[in-house]
Amino acid sequence: MTLAHDDRDDRAQPMLSVRGLVKHFPLKKDLLGRGAGVVRAVDGVSFDVFQGETLGVVGESGCGKSTTARLLMQLIAHDQGELVFDGQTVGSKSLPLKDYRRQAQMVFQDSYASLNPRLTMEDSIAFAPMVHGLPEREAVERARDLLDRVGLSPQRFAERYPHELSGGQRQRVNIARALALQSRLIILDEAVSALDKSVEAQVLNLLLDLKEALGLTYIFISHDLNVVRYMSDRVMVMYLGQVVEVGDSETLFKHAAHPYTQALLSSIPTMDPDRRTETPPLAGDPPNPINPPSGCRFHTRCVHAQPICSEKMPVLAPASHGQQVACWMHVAGAAHTAAPAGPGRVPNQEAVA
Amino acid sequence: MTFLNAAASPVPQLVFERSAGYWETVWRRFLRDKVALGAALVVLFLLVLAILGPWLAPMDPYQSAMLKRLKPIGFEGHPFGTDELGRDMLSRLMVGARLSLFMGITPVVCAFVIGSLIGITAGYIGGWVNSVMMRTIDVFYAFPSVLLAIALSGALGAGITNSLISLTIVFIPPLARVAESVTTQIRGRDFVEAARASGASAFTIVRVHVLGNVLGPIFVYATSLIAVSMILASGLSFLGLGVKPPEPEWGLMLNTLRTAIYTQPWIAALPGVMIFITSIAFNLLADGLRSAMEIKQ
Amino acid sequence: MTTDSPTPAYVDIRQLQVTFTGGKKPVQAVSGVDLRVQRGEVVALIGESGSGKSVTLRSLLRLHAEKKTQISGQIRVGEHDVLQLSSDQLSQFRGRVASMIFQEPLLALDPVYSVGQQIIEAIRRHEDVSEDAARKRALALFERVRIPSPERRLQAYPHEMSGGMRQRAMIALALACQPQLLLADEPTTALDATVQIQILLLLRELQKEMGLSVIFVTHDIGAAVEVADRIAVMYAGRIVEEGPARTLMREPRHPYTRALLQSRADGALAKGQRLETIAGSPPDLTDLPKGCAFASRCKMAVPACDATRPDITWLDDGHSVRCLLAQSQQVA
Repeated sequence: MTLAHDDRDDRAQPMLSVRGLVKHFPLKKDLLGRGAGVVRAVDGVSFDVFQGETLGVVGESGCGKSTTARLLMQLIAHDQGELVFDGQTVGSKSLPLKDYRRQAQMVFQDSYASLNPRLTMEDSIAFAPMVHGLPEREAVERARDLLDRVGLSPQRFAERYPHELSGGQRQRVNIARALALQSRLIILDEAVSALDKSVEAQVLNLLLDLKEALGLTYIFISHDLNVVRYMSDRVMVMYLGQVVEVGDSETLFKHAAHPYTQALLSSIPTMDPDRRTETPPLAGDPPNPINPPSGCRFHTRCVHAQPICSEKMPVLAPASHGQQVACWMHVAGAAHTAAPAGPGRVPNQEAVA
Repeated sequence: MTFLNAAASPVPQLVFERSAGYWETVWRRFLRDKVALGAALVVLFLLVLAILGPWLAPMDPYQSAMLKRLKPIGFEGHPFGTDELGRDMLSRLMVGARLSLFMGITPVVCAFVIGSLIGITAGYIGGWVNSVMMRTIDVFYAFPSVLLAIALSGALGAGITNSLISLTIVFIPPLARVAESVTTQIRGRDFVEAARASGASAFTIVRVHVLGNVLGPIFVYATSLIAVSMILASGLSFLGLGVKPPEPEWGLMLNTLRTAIYTQPWIAALPGVMIFITSIAFNLLADGLRSAMEIKQ
Repeated sequence: MTTDSPTPAYVDIRQLQVTFTGGKKPVQAVSGVDLRVQRGEVVALIGESGSGKSVTLRSLLRLHAEKKTQISGQIRVGEHDVLQLSSDQLSQFRGRVASMIFQEPLLALDPVYSVGQQIIEAIRRHEDVSEDAARKRALALFERVRIPSPERRLQAYPHEMSGGMRQRAMIALALACQPQLLLADEPTTALDATVQIQILLLLRELQKEMGLSVIFVTHDIGAAVEVADRIAVMYAGRIVEEGPARTLMREPRHPYTRALLQSRADGALAKGQRLETIAGSPPDLTDLPKGCAFASRCKMAVPACDATRPDITWLDDGHSVRCLLAQSQQVA
């Protein structure tokens, strides 16, 4: 299947550029207007996604990764910030929302809830192309071709209903559906998390095959760090609505700079019975994004916290192995005992992608 | 490139055939439910009676005979006796089916259409539009249905058409509420989000994805309202606000046979028995439909 | 090699078969499971969906619907013959001798009572103590499971607690009457990574302190390795391999175990290298094959595998496999 869109082969320009994304959800006030709070689900997130890469996104409950995914798909509108796709602002005259939606699609976690129980598999896949003007016959043909591409024989699966397929098969259909508009960017929101391990392996292989064959770009959101490491070129770590570290996948896993990333990586259960974990790297539960701590949001649980951490919020800055990290310990000249010596200036507020 | 072949289908027999759709599966499950099936047969019987009543009735339901007033059940030539004007009860009950069922079904059908429209729109749009629409509906919902029906009928005047209108208005709020609730649930499901993500318009999404999933539950609820509608219609007729004599209608017959309770209690109870059988049948039918539609995954 | 260990096991499951008769065709969820757990030992049951691990666990407390389930075989816990207990005896057994923790505490805890009340009720149902004494014990339990501000949290409702705390509360509830056997059904699957490791370590700690026997069901091999002394791998209702954690991880012998370990996404893999997958899909439990259930997906299957179900082969060190190939290797 050839790409139908104008494919800019410009490595230097990111395919998708996210700047200062903010989304707050208001909590219900009571009758007297008291108790109003705000869930700061996404609070100033900026990152880039480059053509042809897989960007992994990790973080625990409350970090905002699912909200970010929905913001990227414009399923919910952001409060502040901007999305720039191929150099054009999403939602502007040069890139209206409907056109953007042809370029970026999403695969959800719950394979059953993602499919209309009343539609056959081919109808579900053909829906989006028909919405964009493809005649029904061609849309159904494309649907069948896609079913074949994802490893489901059309004769057996095209006219089935969701409840007749297994979880892995349904997820393949969801992937086929995401490809129906010949999109270039696919957001996978915990797409394999609900599957059995052996099925997960099959679906991951499929994703890799499709990426190669169709030149796709993935944003891969998952809580399974091993899978993220395996699938991703670069990884972004989120905590309480912000990006705390982003960088090359192997570098991040071997030389994690941010204390949260380090704790997260040490939380992966061991596979060696002789080297079991002795103490949990982090105590307590992931906090609630309603009233995040001041300054660096992680300071309340960080073993390296110092006064500066509760006073000022660090921004993403380069760290020792090439990744970007938001931590005072890595800012030259910062008022933290572990910070490298520097000219005493805090780097520019603009985050460099 | 390695495209893996998918796992074997969980139902190996149906390899090349089109598999059972949702409604087929519901139908099959319904057929296995004996109680629901029985109820469905009773409803069918009543509908046949409603359509063919006038032709099947042994005697003229309007023919009065003053000499044969209030004859008991089993009287010669009148298996169910006669009413207070000497008319054959059996014939009146059979012909009365038409009007009684008409009064039961019509308002519900109209309210189903209007209520679904309101509820689905409110449920899909959400936000303040939903609030405004549903709270307005709630105002009507707050009135007890009987009082509301009487008040509206009284305001509009007596007669069949007016009582149909008032009953329709009585049933719009509960149907709208159910419609809104089910739509809101479906609206939040991932497949609707996926449809939004594909750039479809709200109208298309509602048509393709929402309606098919929502009309079923609303319909089941509406079926259970038919019995209520019949009882309310009977009540209106009883009060003189609905059907006028000499039309045979079960509620009206209950009214006119009121005084016969002391002399011929069984005859007086007969129209009530018919109403009772009809309500039970529709309720059980609605229950059966609801169970058949709950396909657990 | 021996088939019976010298000391009688605390939990002894023999030839357990569980069939569900609710649907159109009977579902053979568990077809012949033998398992022994010593006192103070932690055994992990790993497998994917449909392997029968949860069904086996729930059978230990007889949680399945009586009318729709056929259970045969024998389950002994201590001196109790679980399958023969009357409903009164079963009531005494549950919570007092054996108790269970579940995957989703929100579903397992009653939403209309505070967690403190639920623990107090559980204690007082099994033991004749005053409410005050029960409350003190509940407080002590909360401290043991490391819930911060325990006095305040006793009065909290399940939905007011975070995921990790709820799971701790559930553990406290399960341990309230000092059972000897703790059954854990995927307790950490729904938790975040940093919380999961806390709970796993907590379970290990409590188990050591209280000398509990634990049967831990999970699909996450890593979680199993963190807590278990022995691991049993289940497939299509049978245990296909069982042994000490170390042996199983270093020298797995059953093709399914091997395939499972190899199909994990791992940091050691090169970028872009495809994962090893197991071809095919799990068998239909309403229509199990005559021979080895894994044969159709096994790379090393021979015709004999389809003919008969393999018997147990004992390798050294308490390591056993059900595989014809292992048998022949042993004889040779």
